[in-house]
Amino acid sequence: MNALDLTVHAIRPGPDPTIVDLTLSPPPWQPKPGQFVMLRPHQFGHELTWGRPLSIYRCDTNGLRVVFQVIGRGTQRLAALRPGDTVAAWGPLGRGFQTKASGPYLLLAGGIGLAAFGLFATADHRLPESELLFGHRLPLEAYPLYAEIASAIPCEAKRQTSPADIEDFAQELSRRIQALGPKGMVLCCGPTPMLRAVARLCLEHGVPGQVSLENRMGCGVGACLGCVATTATGERVPSCVHGPVFDIRALAWD
Amino acid sequence: MDTTVHLPGLTLKNPIIPASGTFGYGLEFARYGDLRRLGAICVKGLSRSPRQGNPTPRIAETPCGMLNSIGLQNVGIEEFLEKKLPFLPAEVPIIANLYAQSAEEFAQLTSQVATAPRIAAVEINVSCPNVRQGGVQFGQDPAALAEVTAAVVAHAAGKPVIVKLSPNVTDITVMARTAQDAGATMLSLINTITGMAVDIRTRTPRLATGTGGLSGPAIKPIALRMVHAVAKAVSIPVIGIGGISTAEDVLEFLLVGAHAVQVGTASFTRPDRVFTLVDEVTALAESLGLSSWEEFRGTLKEAGQ
Repeated sequence: MNALDLTVHAIRPGPDPTIVDLTLSPPPWQPKPGQFVMLRPHQFGHELTWGRPLSIYRCDTNGLRVVFQVIGRGTQRLAALRPGDTVAAWGPLGRGFQTKASGPYLLLAGGIGLAAFGLFATADHRLPESELLFGHRLPLEAYPLYAEIASAIPCEAKRQTSPADIEDFAQELSRRIQALGPKGMVLCCGPTPMLRAVARLCLEHGVPGQVSLENRMGCGVGACLGCVATTATGERVPSCVHGPVFDIRALAWD
Repeated sequence: MDTTVHLPGLTLKNPIIPASGTFGYGLEFARYGDLRRLGAICVKGLSRSPRQGNPTPRIAETPCGMLNSIGLQNVGIEEFLEKKLPFLPAEVPIIANLYAQSAEEFAQLTSQVATAPRIAAVEINVSCPNVRQGGVQFGQDPAALAEVTAAVVAHAAGKPVIVKLSPNVTDITVMARTAQDAGATMLSLINTITGMAVDIRTRTPRLATGTGGLSGPAIKPIALRMVHAVAKAVSIPVIGIGGISTAEDVLEFLLVGAHAVQVGTASFTRPDRVFTLVDEVTALAESLGLSSWEEFRGTLKEAGQ
């Protein structure tokens, strides 16, 4: 469980160069779906302070695989890694999705949030009775991970390029969540506006749900208290330790 | 070499202390290294009642450092004493960092903490830039600093009292001498430097509170200059803090007169950093032929001499 130095085995920009698929040498641990790893390339030097929290897409004897979108300085530097480079890694971190043997599950992914569901597509973590709805802005081909996940979980993808598409997607989320009903469980990972919309729908229709937050994070181990989420009882808890996955009812949404 | 650091009322195995606010209550880091190997542990600033801190965002990454405006979120003294302290290993000295809004409250808090057998020393936070009351207002006014220091010393049950100084003052040596004259056993410096980051697209500050405290390697030259000046100005031991992330950094602070150091933001670059630093500092000192810290501390050949 120590911090480790892992080696870059492969780095593949996708058809869209902002979506990057990174494989590191295998760590000696096994993550659960929804958990994340902090990655800090040695090349960050003094210039960039924090590691970057990334969902664990796959982790097996082939290595630790993360798929991320280039957003800022840190992900730009991660995207510039080359095979053989060294990356400090600490994980698996946080509380992932809480699942049980019976379904049905509705997986809702927005954009690169799809990566958080990668482990559910592996034999070890297959969910009973699940389907996935993927909302995305870039063309579907930009997300090669979609096809991988779709080979294991029934998936549907809907692209949003206009405000009307976003409204359509919101309607689709509403239909799916209502159809799932209170015996099902929603698992959601995506941009914050999507998390808020899904949380509102789950609460409104009495459907249990869990969301994976993407709060700005410093240390990843519960020390810096930068990534706190506010709970329904008004407490501020570090999402790196108490989350990143929270029961929707456990959080304050206003 | 013998890496022991002898401080008044406090002996450290080595000069490496994780800094308050960057190491949780210590327990968060137990999976990344052996806590017993550290010189001491300075825990997250404690207040009489639990505090939820400031709204988010309350951290922002900046070149070679970061800004924070956590606002002293902590579990409160009672929960710390009951639920955290008993789980820390007995072999490492625990320094309780305290925050209060008045001299009376500081005195009460100190009494409560100092009687706990496991507490080796108290550090008083008169330098937090991120709270409205207390905090740096005590650290910027010599009269207030003297009053708070004296109140804490009087209630510390003979345990060492470390006063953590703010760099956000005109002349830090004035505050250093004030704390010394009021009875401080030691000084630690520097706390964070007030700073700001803004977003030109949203035209908003990057921290919800507008400003925050800058830490990390960016502030190291400022910290080094202040530790050098304070070590010359007082006769009590000084603990150096500010952007320390390598073994070389540690020795630089000792060279300008610090007895020990606190390592903060470096723990956010990698959670095992303080542990590896213990080994690296010893190896570096040995490579310089040192057999004790005393022969090295404060031996800087001053400019112009």
